[in-house]
Amino acid sequence: MTQPKRAIHILPLQTYLGIGSALLILTVVTVWVATIDLGPINLLVAMIIAAAKASLVALFFMHLKYDNKLYAVILLGALLFLAAFVVFTMFDTMDRGIIDGVRAGPINDQAVIYEQSTSGPTLPPAESVRSDTVLHREISPSE
Amino acid sequence: MSDITHDSYLSSPKGIKSWLLTVDHKRIGIMYFVAIMFFFALAGLLAVILRTELLSPDRVLMDADTYNQFFTLHGAIMIFLFIIPSIPAALGNFVLPLMIGAKDVAFPRLNLASWYIYVAGALIAVFSILQGGVDTGWTFYTPYSTGTNTAVISMTTGVFILGFSSIFTGLNFIVTIHKLRAPGMTWFKMPLMVWGLYATAVIQVLATPVLGITVALLIVERLMGIGIFDPAMGGDPVLYQHFFWFYSHPAVYIMILPGMGIISELIATFSHRRIFGYKAIAYSSLGIALMSFLVWGHHMFTSGQSELAAMLFSFITFFVGIPSGIKIFNWLTTMYKGQISFKTPMLYAISFLVLFTVGGLTGIFLGALSVDIHLHDTYFVVAHFHYVMMGGTVMALLGGIHYWWPKMFGRMYSELWARVACAFVFVGFNMTFFTQFVMGSQGMPRRYYQYGEQFARMHGFSSIGAYVLGFGFLIMFVYLIASLFKGRRVGANPWGSLTMEWETASPPIAHNFDTDKVLEHGPYDYDRIEVTPEDEKGKVTA
Amino acid sequence: MSAENAAAGTAAHLQHHFVDSEQQQESAKLGMWIFLLTEILLFGGLFCFYAIYRAWNPEMFYDAHTHLDITLGAINTVVLITSSVTMALAIRSMQLDQKRATLLNLFATLALASVFLVIKYFEYAHKFELGQLPGKYYTFEGIAGSNPHVFFSVYFMMTGLHGIHVLIGMGVIGWIAYRTSKGHFSGKYYTPIEMTGLYWHLVDLIWIFLFPLLYLIS
Repeated sequence: MTQPKRAIHILPLQTYLGIGSALLILTVVTVWVATIDLGPINLLVAMIIAAAKASLVALFFMHLKYDNKLYAVILLGALLFLAAFVVFTMFDTMDRGIIDGVRAGPINDQAVIYEQSTSGPTLPPAESVRSDTVLHREISPSE
Repeated sequence: MSDITHDSYLSSPKGIKSWLLTVDHKRIGIMYFVAIMFFFALAGLLAVILRTELLSPDRVLMDADTYNQFFTLHGAIMIFLFIIPSIPAALGNFVLPLMIGAKDVAFPRLNLASWYIYVAGALIAVFSILQGGVDTGWTFYTPYSTGTNTAVISMTTGVFILGFSSIFTGLNFIVTIHKLRAPGMTWFKMPLMVWGLYATAVIQVLATPVLGITVALLIVERLMGIGIFDPAMGGDPVLYQHFFWFYSHPAVYIMILPGMGIISELIATFSHRRIFGYKAIAYSSLGIALMSFLVWGHHMFTSGQSELAAMLFSFITFFVGIPSGIKIFNWLTTMYKGQISFKTPMLYAISFLVLFTVGGLTGIFLGALSVDIHLHDTYFVVAHFHYVMMGGTVMALLGGIHYWWPKMFGRMYSELWARVACAFVFVGFNMTFFTQFVMGSQGMPRRYYQYGEQFARMHGFSSIGAYVLGFGFLIMFVYLIASLFKGRRVGANPWGSLTMEWETASPPIAHNFDTDKVLEHGPYDYDRIEVTPEDEKGKVTA
Repeated sequence: MSAENAAAGTAAHLQHHFVDSEQQQESAKLGMWIFLLTEILLFGGLFCFYAIYRAWNPEMFYDAHTHLDITLGAINTVVLITSSVTMALAIRSMQLDQKRATLLNLFATLALASVFLVIKYFEYAHKFELGQLPGKYYTFEGIAGSNPHVFFSVYFMMTGLHGIHVLIGMGVIGWIAYRTSKGHFSGKYYTPIEMTGLYWHLVDLIWIFLFPLLYLIS
């Protein structure tokens, strides 16, 4: 914790202006690329350009290139956990039914099972209904 | 609390204002402690009422709707207002800077702000009771939570705000541990409690924002009907569960990891022995923290998620058991051939070992895909998480409270009554929840207001256990309060421990230490340094 | 974070529990980066939503996105990137002890941020007019495919949360500018400006991803 004093790192003006111009050029490029139909590659290209722009901002404007590497670890860590979140959620959302083949259908409101379990006030007194087999009987408010 | 011989943090400066505006981590820790214990008592009372209702299959105290609101409140208060902030924000705040030889946490004002945010969030959450309560369960599952007419918005707003409090505490702890350790205290010379708090803080900052966006989306969905969780509008209610558990599964490790840190301290101190496998315990804390992010889907095996996801989540879940197992074995090996003194904190530590092992192993049952289909949403799940949360975290918290109580207030509680209370808590807890394992495996569903006659006897037994448990806490409350006024005064190091917080006076002075601390020996160098508890007379001699 | 260092001047800003200014500055920076991490994960939830719904409805997302104005989006991107440059220059000026240049750059950043929000306002107003709104408020009829309102739910949530961050950032920059004018900072102590800069760049970073994801679907 007691390293020698680090000199304040001041970047030359040209660096900031250069990075700024590069970001603007990349913006034009990404708009231009979007007009060409590359199929699914389009998304990939757009994301690569965005990532390049983001890296420029992080490395130079946010000084990651010159600062403690711990900050870069934090940034990458955030992205890593975010990726895990998205990927694992999509393991579910993109693969429903691929193994079991059972798909969701409309609920059959004519199903017989509903006649027994929708109780309401017309149901006979509690004592006569309660048995080991009927566990999810609804309770009417009057009880 | 008067007649303290030195200028302790408790007595100077004086006045209520000096407490409410304090930036001293010790005072903030105490303020958290008071607030948290209040909500623990409140939610505990709700639990006793719920168990009373369940004494008989028929109505005892309340109707079904009230029952739904009571178990929701019990769960939400226990989780969000008590157990998540309990160890880190209350005990952690108090001991972390002391343990690493710092004068305070890195951002003292942020620390105070987090307490106020906690109180504000808690009040808003509790305000939902006045608005007619919430009946969704503490998980606020859609689509029910977007449709029900109860005060979901107020409760979730409270949760959203509490999240900031948790993030600020975690952020503060990470920076404190990185930047404010005393010279000489390298990463592997930190007490294991600090490792536990570090791993906890990492989860807090990584997971809590996702809870924030989740409840924010739920609120937006309720207010404006944007349809993202509504299948009729092209949305998907199961997504809510993904979002919720991406936070809430890691959150159970927010609850248990600092508890494991406390247990490491207790076992080393009271076995009077160098902790076995220091690095294994330290790394396993981080391992649990990182892996906890990849297993959330095991809460959703019956929710309709894809089979592929279910298999992956089930598979990874088994691996989370490994680091916990590593810790258990290391603790046991530390105790082996140690000079164990069965003081109250150690009794809680041993309770933890027993109960957490039961809770952890039943967690493995539940993580197994096919078994979970049978056990999902039964009392088996209820028993499992009470064994880990209460048998694990709360036992560790109680152990920690009894361990650091003399440091916090400079007074010792009655050892006899503390042991009696511990016995009541241990017995009552097992009566209450072991029964529920049996009921659950026989198919008793959780959250049910009424149940079949065949469960009546077990429910009755469980409820009586809850009364025994509650009585234990009552005893604890009385002797702890009494100790503040009548307790025996203690010196700096009543237990004969080697971590740094015991090198300053009890209670500590406002700036923690008289001099700038430099690490002189490791936290567990019991084989190199002779130190005896003050009871047995003696001082630290190198 | 920057509030932590609210005390003025080089000598007075050091808090009692730090050994020296450098330790204090590094702590503030670490804290700020962790805060940025929480911000990324907060937005991350919405990015996750976006990914899932786009993967479920690729055609609908394409059709719906054609109703966004690429020109306005691109202009806003340019505006926000330029504001990032001026923010970085503000910090550089303070490192060089040039108070006047710092203030000018901060004001330029504020002005650009306002331009961003004004353009956003016109975009929003146009969509409100047409009924291209989230969820049950959606009344527009020009998009084929099922549930086009989902795209606008995602659009409004993402740009809305981002807009709130721009607003907060403007507040903080204004406060920093005020303190700069009062002479609270110097080439030796400028941590609050640096922290504000980090936050502002993150807001820019998020927009850099939002722009192609929302406006440039091919």
